[in-house]
Amino acid sequence: MHEMSICESLVQTIEAHARSDDFTKVLRLRLEIGCFGGVEIEALRFGFDVVTRGTCAEGAELDILSLPGKAWCFGCDTGFDTDSRVSDCPVCGSGRIRVTGGDELRIKDMEVI
Amino acid sequence: MIEIETNILAKNDGYAQENRHRLEAASILALNLVSSPGSGKTTLLVETIRKLEGRIPVAVIEGDQQTTNDADRIRATGVRALQINTGKGCHLDAHMVGHAIDHLAPDEQSVLFIENVGNLVCPAAFDLGEAAKVAILSVTEGEDKPLKYPDMFAAAKLMILNKTDLLPHLDFDIEACEANARRVNPDIAVIRLSARTGEGMDAWIDWIRAQQVVGLERLISDAEARLADLRAARSHV
Repeated sequence: MHEMSICESLVQTIEAHARSDDFTKVLRLRLEIGCFGGVEIEALRFGFDVVTRGTCAEGAELDILSLPGKAWCFGCDTGFDTDSRVSDCPVCGSGRIRVTGGDELRIKDMEVI
Repeated sequence: MIEIETNILAKNDGYAQENRHRLEAASILALNLVSSPGSGKTTLLVETIRKLEGRIPVAVIEGDQQTTNDADRIRATGVRALQINTGKGCHLDAHMVGHAIDHLAPDEQSVLFIENVGNLVCPAAFDLGEAAKVAILSVTEGEDKPLKYPDMFAAAKLMILNKTDLLPHLDFDIEACEANARRVNPDIAVIRLSARTGEGMDAWIDWIRAQQVVGLERLISDAEARLADLRAARSHV
């Protein structure tokens, strides 16, 4: 349940921005979460509701943009999208692949007043 | 609307980078040991300390939710150990580890073992500033664990298959387990080991020394580049 610490980190970042960008309330927050980010989206939503209570992000709408995983095949030198670290290459069928992307845990933007 | 484009764990990653710089500058090899509870991490550490005794100085950071039992076991070997109790926390983070390094003050050219909380999920997401993650899997667990917890095995540089002395009593398919680990991480190194009988301990110690050499060589080449810069500057004065 490290989603709770991720939410705490998220709130710290938002509050730092509230001071530097001078706003008092977050209406909407967009996150980009890669499929290999190791985050359970429902747990993240639950953690967000709990951790934002009493902060400028309380009640903010949470939009989560799921990003696909990317992989590269050793067999045929092709890149492809995948949601599993153990998938086979869709081009040549080889199982020797390397995951090259999809571990994003990023705040994209937010609407504030 | 404010564009942020920041990593959510930027704060942890910042602390981790700070730890990494400090450790690398003092050529301290930090290894983050991750596993399920009960894989034999602490026993492995105690045996590793015995093997390294008199050759390489060692310090240990122990992470557990409760108790100081593990740090007590390590201290009984005469090595400096610091226990971090995470309370409800399921993982160590870089900030905790930074404080632990302050308190422990590991020697230059030492090895710092960080025994993470027994958990194959959460510690994968938190960089501590270590040189490498070492995943320990005991053969009393399932050979499909690398497939069930792929993020951790993908992040690890080495997998230790521990308790191999028990293999004759089990149905554990060690070849299949290694193949599963390589499926999620083609580069992962594997050592079969029994902390109880000592099988594989020499390979593990050799691996640690090889990592130390990599760190030292990087420091040497940085220092040589710096020296060359200084010589060039002097010749231009």
